[in-house]
Amino acid sequence: MGAEHHVATKGAEGPAAAGPSAPPLLSVDHLTTRYGPIEAVRDVSINVNEGEIVAVLGPNGAGKSTILASIMGLVHPAAGKVHFMGKDVTGFEPETMVRLGVGLVPEGRRLFKQLTVSDNLRLGAATRKDKAAAKNDLEAMFELFPVLKERRNQLAGLLSGGEAQQLAIARAMMTSPRLLCLDEPSLGLAPRLVDAVFELMRDLRARGYTILLVEQNALQVLEFVDRAYIIRTGRVQMDANADSLQDEKELLEAYLGVKE
Amino acid sequence: MNTVGQQLLNGLTLGSTYALMALGIAMVFSILHLANFAHGELLTICGYVMLGMRYTGAPWIVWVVAGIAASTVAALAMERLAFRPMRHANPVAMMVASLGLSILISYGFEAFISPRARAIPQPDWMNTTLMVLGLQIRIQYVLIIGVTALALLGTLLLLRRTVIGTAMRAAAEDFDAVRLMGIKANRVIATAFGLSGFLAGIAAVLIFAIRGSVSPHMGFALVLNGFIANVIGGLGNLWGAVLGGFIVGLLETGFRAFLPSSASGFTNGLLFLIVAIILVLRPEGLIAPKSAARV
Repeated sequence: MGAEHHVATKGAEGPAAAGPSAPPLLSVDHLTTRYGPIEAVRDVSINVNEGEIVAVLGPNGAGKSTILASIMGLVHPAAGKVHFMGKDVTGFEPETMVRLGVGLVPEGRRLFKQLTVSDNLRLGAATRKDKAAAKNDLEAMFELFPVLKERRNQLAGLLSGGEAQQLAIARAMMTSPRLLCLDEPSLGLAPRLVDAVFELMRDLRARGYTILLVEQNALQVLEFVDRAYIIRTGRVQMDANADSLQDEKELLEAYLGVKE
Repeated sequence: MNTVGQQLLNGLTLGSTYALMALGIAMVFSILHLANFAHGELLTICGYVMLGMRYTGAPWIVWVVAGIAASTVAALAMERLAFRPMRHANPVAMMVASLGLSILISYGFEAFISPRARAIPQPDWMNTTLMVLGLQIRIQYVLIIGVTALALLGTLLLLRRTVIGTAMRAAAEDFDAVRLMGIKANRVIATAFGLSGFLAGIAAVLIFAIRGSVSPHMGFALVLNGFIANVIGGLGNLWGAVLGGFIVGLLETGFRAFLPSSASGFTNGLLFLIVAIILVLRPEGLIAPKSAARV
């Protein structure tokens, strides 16, 4: 790849839900994360404002998942800062991040396959103090995902791919997150189910959730996210609002290798 | 025929103690992938505390409570002081550390108490005998098998019905995913150790009821039987370990009873031979690891 393209200015008048002066819900500043000698993420900065859906797009191996893992504390960054709700949370443990209000739907879903659907959901609410609200949330999840209610006494390992993804999302939502992070939720799903998952993202935003989404599936994601960051080989290559990125099809093609 | 029945009962009794020990080992292994060699010392710690209580003149039941409490606290202390600082180390390094801990504790008992076995007398009522269907049944056997059944049932209920138990089963599958539920890793691990120490304490009380004495290095031989039980049942599989414990107890009793006395030295050798045969036939243990967390 040649010179970096920065089209950030195009995103300056993006549809941020919070006013320009409000601090972002999540800000990642100059994050660098290494696995041994390999820099998986290099000097990455990302913001998510309250009420937004933000996507991190990029090809396989670009370091997208590592960004989420660094935010969640599953790996510890070598440099840089993570702030959530104005608080420095760099290097916090994952259980602390969840308690602070960051939920993660991990890559590959990572359900507890030997536990029932209900038990998976209940573990999501295990450490919540608001037991009554947690119970309501469980009902709300069953309403949002009727198939999970039908299968609540089955082992999670017996669910189909689409059902499993619904359970993974519902389980993360049971932790009552203010920011929901999703790592490649469309991976391994049939196209019809991918549409359903993205439809759900829209629905969740309508319900007031703030979402940070990591995806390879760039063109489809750009149809509904507010802003997107394009990552390649561990760096942010572009950062713009989604509308302007959609107009940059040639650039997208060049960076992501996507074709319509 | 009666001899067979009698030996079956003896084997079940011995197997009960191994089952409890193996369950505790499996609980820690399933979550941390640590083969804890110092698990045997949890049993001797219980024994020496019971021995100490003997000199206070307190009744036997107080020795039992103090012994089980000591094993539980010792297991929690091992986790906190020895294994937590090594949490991110390779499981083999942790295993070597547990071996070091085992040696440290057992030689500590040898140096500071006595290298020889010390008696832990049992209450007289334990040796009262009932005759049922021509079998001599000592109250002791009823107690051992009954207590084991209760302990297994209690563990089952804890794992299935409580949030922390569900979290432990989940942690055996995917530890990081449990942390993503906001559940503290340290709490799950400490609970697994505490429960494994509690089960070791119960197993110890039952073993001392059979053997009548404690010696500094008996933990090591016991822990080996516990590991064999785990390997037979399928490593990390809780109920496989329980099954394995009963199998080891029955085999050991059978060999001792029916081998000619000239061959009695081969008991352990034959035990390992049978383990080898089971592993050739079913390399993943009797209960396949896929069902590891099914309780």
